[in-house]
Amino acid sequence: MKKIIAKHIVDQYELEECTDMLTMKIHKDSLLDVMSTLKNNKELDFIQLTDICAVDYYTYGETEWSTKEATSTGYSRGIKPSSHGRIKFEHKQIQNRMDNRFCVVYHLLSISNNNRIRVKTYLNDEPPIIKSLTSLWPAANWYEREAFDLFGILFEEHPDLRRLLTDYGFIGHPFRKDFPLTGNVQIRYDPALKRIIQEPVDIMPRVLVPKVIREDK
Amino acid sequence: MKEFKNFTMNFGPQHPAAHGVLRLVLQMEGEIIKSADPHIGLLHRATEKLAESKPYNQSIGYMDRLDYVSMMCNEHAYVLAIEKLLSIETPERAKYIRVMFDEITRILNHLLWLGAHALDIGAMSVFLYAFREREDLMDCYEAVSGTRMHATYYRPGGVARDLPSKMPKYIKSSYKNNDQLSDQNYNREGSMLDFIDDFTSRFPSCVDEYENLLTDNRIWKQRTVGIGIVEPERAIELGFTGPMLRGSGLDWDLRKKQPYEVYDKMKFDIPVGKTGDSYDRYLVRMEELRQSNKIIKQCVKWLNKNPGSIMIDDAKVAPPSRENMKVEMESLIHHFKLFTEGYCVPKGEVYTAVEAPKGEFGVYMISDGANKPFRLKIRAPGFPHLAALNEMCKDHMLSDVVTIIGTQDIVFGEIDR
Repeated sequence: MKKIIAKHIVDQYELEECTDMLTMKIHKDSLLDVMSTLKNNKELDFIQLTDICAVDYYTYGETEWSTKEATSTGYSRGIKPSSHGRIKFEHKQIQNRMDNRFCVVYHLLSISNNNRIRVKTYLNDEPPIIKSLTSLWPAANWYEREAFDLFGILFEEHPDLRRLLTDYGFIGHPFRKDFPLTGNVQIRYDPALKRIIQEPVDIMPRVLVPKVIREDK
Repeated sequence: MKEFKNFTMNFGPQHPAAHGVLRLVLQMEGEIIKSADPHIGLLHRATEKLAESKPYNQSIGYMDRLDYVSMMCNEHAYVLAIEKLLSIETPERAKYIRVMFDEITRILNHLLWLGAHALDIGAMSVFLYAFREREDLMDCYEAVSGTRMHATYYRPGGVARDLPSKMPKYIKSSYKNNDQLSDQNYNREGSMLDFIDDFTSRFPSCVDEYENLLTDNRIWKQRTVGIGIVEPERAIELGFTGPMLRGSGLDWDLRKKQPYEVYDKMKFDIPVGKTGDSYDRYLVRMEELRQSNKIIKQCVKWLNKNPGSIMIDDAKVAPPSRENMKVEMESLIHHFKLFTEGYCVPKGEVYTAVEAPKGEFGVYMISDGANKPFRLKIRAPGFPHLAALNEMCKDHMLSDVVTIIGTQDIVFGEIDR
């Protein structure tokens, strides 16, 4: 498989070690070329686009609770409101600009060869922009709309890049790691105004289990 | 002469044939549909984001609520992903139990689909017949997990508990005499496997009953033949999987092509359609009912002969036994840590897919070594199907929209997530 890919793909790519399937890391500018080779080359023949997944790598590998030191102050020791489950509406996060924060992951399936491949592209700019795959696969249409809606990734040359899952008039991209789990606004019916109004949420962020990384595995 | 213009029509979100909460904006030219724009997300619960804030095991219950008519298949893909990341192997008996319940789930799903689809197109009685058998399988769910639908039965490393040795019975009430009671309990005297065995022996004749009502029915054929045709090449490009793809004539089934658990030991056939219309997809699903029944039968036979462990013997992921918890301090601590903090999963990413009743249900999971998934992406089979609704509906009549929604087997729990 690796040989066939090396034979047919001219653009730069890196192979990543993954247990379940071959994983290619490519530059976003070569996306369309690589993808059309993967799809149209008869030897590779990845004719189905199984999935497009956007990933926000902000706070990747950060633990909320350092378990190395002992303390007498109880549970709240050392918990910083770093994860999306704990940040509040008024809580403005200080963000360091992060390289390669977003990633778009494509899963392709070859029916004739019965194998899968994963293609990853990392995105740098804010807003993150990448070419759309709708010209190659019509299935990409909704997957890209979803990624735009939830992560704010823009897909160039997408025919109809509207929000898909969130409410009409929703602001923000809810699956980013700096978007609070409780959301920002809540809606209710106001009897005085006789209409639905939006107001800041008043639910407390409540995540019971801190994120822990243990190395003993 | 009076001139007619195209007009826009709203279909749903509160429409009995919209199968939940689908809002369709239809561009009509008289009775003919020129374009259909589905507005989804009314059932969006951000399952993926919620899962990122909880330890792995606490999200299994959310998986049931994705495609809420094929509950255990969703759990299966999720649990498989965790197992692959942890690189653990489940005991043989747990694998057979999972396969058996996957197939029970497939029958549950197809029976609901059949009933609802027929009801949408105007055949009332099939619904009642289909729900009769569904009830028995729901009882199996309840006997094994305690709930009729949202089971949370599969766990990383095995299943929550072994199959019960007794099938729960109907109890006496003032509405039925002893004869009626023993009639109701005739197949519940033995274990759950005996009950399922009895079910598998009578189910083929039940499928015959449904087919009697529909397969050669003139009205049924008029409503489904030639409606929503998808060519095989187009179906692949649109991302179709499951019966939607097989109805177009491709024998693609993950149970055969990329077998997981013990599907490679099972004997069953993959039905495929010819024309790719709604009627073919109906026939494919009917045959799948029979094939699933066959698989269940094989599993029951094996499970009856091979008792054994149903959970991996690894204290990192498996809880201690209830008995030990009452007498040993270590087990109590172990139980507490496992159900609060959970276990840490090594860094890495994995994509696992199972052949759910609706198609390929995939879970893409990224772990950064923590006790919670860093990113969880659910690949729902219904999502690309509904995305193709516009193409399938084009130039059909308004009433055919109902047929096409039905034939896609749409469930909003998994599409909106």
